Amino acid sequence: MRRSMMFLPGNSPRMLMNGPVLPADSLIFDLEDAVAPDQKDAARVMLAHALTSLDFGQKEIVVRINDLASPYWQADLDKVMPARPNLIMPPKVARAEDIEKLAAYLDQKEADLGITAGKTGILPLLELALGVENAFAIAQASPRVVALFLGGEDLSANLRSPRTKDGWELFYARTRLVNAARAAEIDVIDTPFTDTDDLEGLRQDAEFAKSLGFSGKSVISPRHLDIVNEVFSPSQAEIIWAQEVMAVIEEGKRLGKGAVSLHGKMVDKPIVMRAEQILENAKAMDYPL
Amino acid sequence: MDKLVNSLKEALKAAGLKDGATLSFHHHMRNGDYVLNMALAAAADLGVKDLTINASAIFPVHAPLIDLIKQGVVTGLECNYMSGPVGEAISQGLLDKPVIFRTHGGRPADIASGQSPIDIAVIAAPAADKMGNISGKFGPSQCGSLGYAFADAEFADKVIAVTDHLMPYPLVEYSIPETQVDYVVQVEKIGDPKGIVSGTTKITRDPIGLLMAQYATQVIEASPYYKDGMSFQTGAGGASLATAAFLKDRMLARGIKGSYGMGGITSYLVDMLEAGCFESLVDVQCFDLGAVESIRTNPKHREVSALHYAAPRPAVASSLVDNLDFVILGATEMDKNFNVNVHTNSQGIIMGGSGGHSDTAAGAKLAMIIAPLTRARMPLILDQVTCLSTPGETIDILVTQYGIAINPLREDLIQALSASKLPLRSIEDLQKTAEDLVGKPKPLPHGDKVVGKVRYRSGEIISEIYQLN
Amino acid sequence: MYIIRQAMAGTLESSDVLVEISPADRISIDLESPVKAQFGDSILATTQEVLKAQGVEGAQVRLQDQGALDCTLRARLEACIARASEEADHA
Repeated sequence: MRRSMMFLPGNSPRMLMNGPVLPADSLIFDLEDAVAPDQKDAARVMLAHALTSLDFGQKEIVVRINDLASPYWQADLDKVMPARPNLIMPPKVARAEDIEKLAAYLDQKEADLGITAGKTGILPLLELALGVENAFAIAQASPRVVALFLGGEDLSANLRSPRTKDGWELFYARTRLVNAARAAEIDVIDTPFTDTDDLEGLRQDAEFAKSLGFSGKSVISPRHLDIVNEVFSPSQAEIIWAQEVMAVIEEGKRLGKGAVSLHGKMVDKPIVMRAEQILENAKAMDYPL
Repeated sequence: MDKLVNSLKEALKAAGLKDGATLSFHHHMRNGDYVLNMALAAAADLGVKDLTINASAIFPVHAPLIDLIKQGVVTGLECNYMSGPVGEAISQGLLDKPVIFRTHGGRPADIASGQSPIDIAVIAAPAADKMGNISGKFGPSQCGSLGYAFADAEFADKVIAVTDHLMPYPLVEYSIPETQVDYVVQVEKIGDPKGIVSGTTKITRDPIGLLMAQYATQVIEASPYYKDGMSFQTGAGGASLATAAFLKDRMLARGIKGSYGMGGITSYLVDMLEAGCFESLVDVQCFDLGAVESIRTNPKHREVSALHYAAPRPAVASSLVDNLDFVILGATEMDKNFNVNVHTNSQGIIMGGSGGHSDTAAGAKLAMIIAPLTRARMPLILDQVTCLSTPGETIDILVTQYGIAINPLREDLIQALSASKLPLRSIEDLQKTAEDLVGKPKPLPHGDKVVGKVRYRSGEIISEIYQLN
Repeated sequence: MYIIRQAMAGTLESSDVLVEISPADRISIDLESPVKAQFGDSILATTQEVLKAQGVEGAQVRLQDQGALDCTLRARLEACIARASEEADHA
């Protein structure tokens, strides 16, 4: 479940200490933009120690490494892989080859460290126009790829479009990523909403992303976590509907009916799959069912 | 006739100031106060020695006290709260006699009973007339409520009002009447408005503070006292204000109408009053301009004396804390018996005091501490608190970012809250979580000399504060 | 590992520690910390341990602690030693 993925700077002890108690489903520890070039060495040591010492419970641990064209990314992995993060986020991914290059290095690190081969997932950050165009190939480049992640700030700069609050400049990229990720049967995560004080704007942005098919949304302010979690959680109405769907399916089976309906609508396979997904998410969130 | 005197010096002389006298001050001017320093400079000029200062609180602005203590002008200090350089100097052993720390309810009770007699009360008066009718609601140094000054005015032998805003007689909207005031001194300024009330008080942006405020709000909602007629007090700390802001939304959504909000009043409580969350506000002290504006204009927002706010029986027949449902408080240290220290910091330096902490904790049906489980490397929960400010049997719940502990004495609350989804844990378990994170601190060593005594609202000395090592 | 140049790591932000290491013949540690009374011994022991583990036999170490956790202290010491030693590579 990746309703909310929260960015935390990898070189700030104070912020790292907050990680265990923040209500995010995933934490993304940043070694890239949040760390100045002359502090990359200290940051990766700091992060490696924090990941081994602090108890993050059930949260998914993601490390954003430096981009694959930089001189830093291998050293990043050398330091943090012993702490066994769940996912590695490479930034500025443009092609499937980028993922293959990273996956090959992870193969080697996993073997060296005695980690089960293929255990470390990849969360490609698509923030270049080229990456968006290659979204499906990137999604399929390695079985390690668990989700596509949209980076709206860099992308709008690359598109030479102003970044606006309603985000229409990202509309194509959003739908393109959702389509590619769903075609590859993986998750897809939306770009953060960057105005930390505009909670109403955040809600609209998150609801819009959810309506497009996103699995969750990344967050740069802890104040945004509750709203994003709420938006990407199944609503009470959705849960009741899903339970009704499962009930009529059971009823249909019991009576040996081929086709069943709910509230006058045919219940077919996609509807059942959707209902199952909702109930699965609700269960993962410990909802009283 | 009038009671105007040309200078503070003249007024002090006329009031019979002599060696060994006790002078009292209120702290409504907070860190913007000029009057305490002005009065003591005048006393020093008059050549008196061996004064005892009984101030409801001492702030950083009162640093000149340090020199007056060194010169022997001041040899005794009594207050409910102390922060800044004076607290540091006291902790280093500046004063021979221990400072007597009272509570906001205990101080006026002791003044009323004669336990703590005052020779001259010097009252900073944001507005006064020539006969000494005093108000805090007008003038350039307005502070709203004058709740802490009432007992001083009523029970001191002599009372001097110091004002920078003389109003036509009679000042009908007085808080303290001319019947109690002997002299009125007009000065250029009694305080710096920037230090008296902050323009606006703001809720925290710290994610940990917000998380704890959410837990605190959920605790209130899950408790049996969350219903029509509930009363509520919170301080001006960031997480407390955030709780007030969250609670307002929840009360409005549920249609819960409370009876009174109390305490140091902030704009957040004013918002709750105006939105209909409470029937009234009872105000012993205003923390921001929004609160001052409200107490001046809204008849449902009422000034109360510190006696009425928080004094214990038998000094009063009853006080408002006795009917308080919820209070939200802070802590610098706790132990696993829920004892709280709010007097000293992790280095043993005096930087606070009870204020209304132990009064409201004693009275409230649900006294809740909100505090982060660790501050940098210091854990909140120690084997033993450095100073006992508020006894654990009066504290019901501790809310931290790592979970919520209910005092085992409150089986009813454990029962009521265990049905909720709140992360309930034992306080021992929370202590262990913190120690796993930061390590186990060694006990803080201290010197032999007692520099402060904590006088509980009952009059009992419950703790002694030692000189730094 | 030989300390061949003066180097720093960490910051003066809350919960961090600023470590400064300079070349010296033997080990000396200077500690400033708001929690020196409670954790001073533990901080010095960790510092000695990290220096030893990194094979540092001579260094003048200055710690300006802001209440750092043990893991933060270790990380800053390791980063600082790497910067001050011959293998220093700021990338």
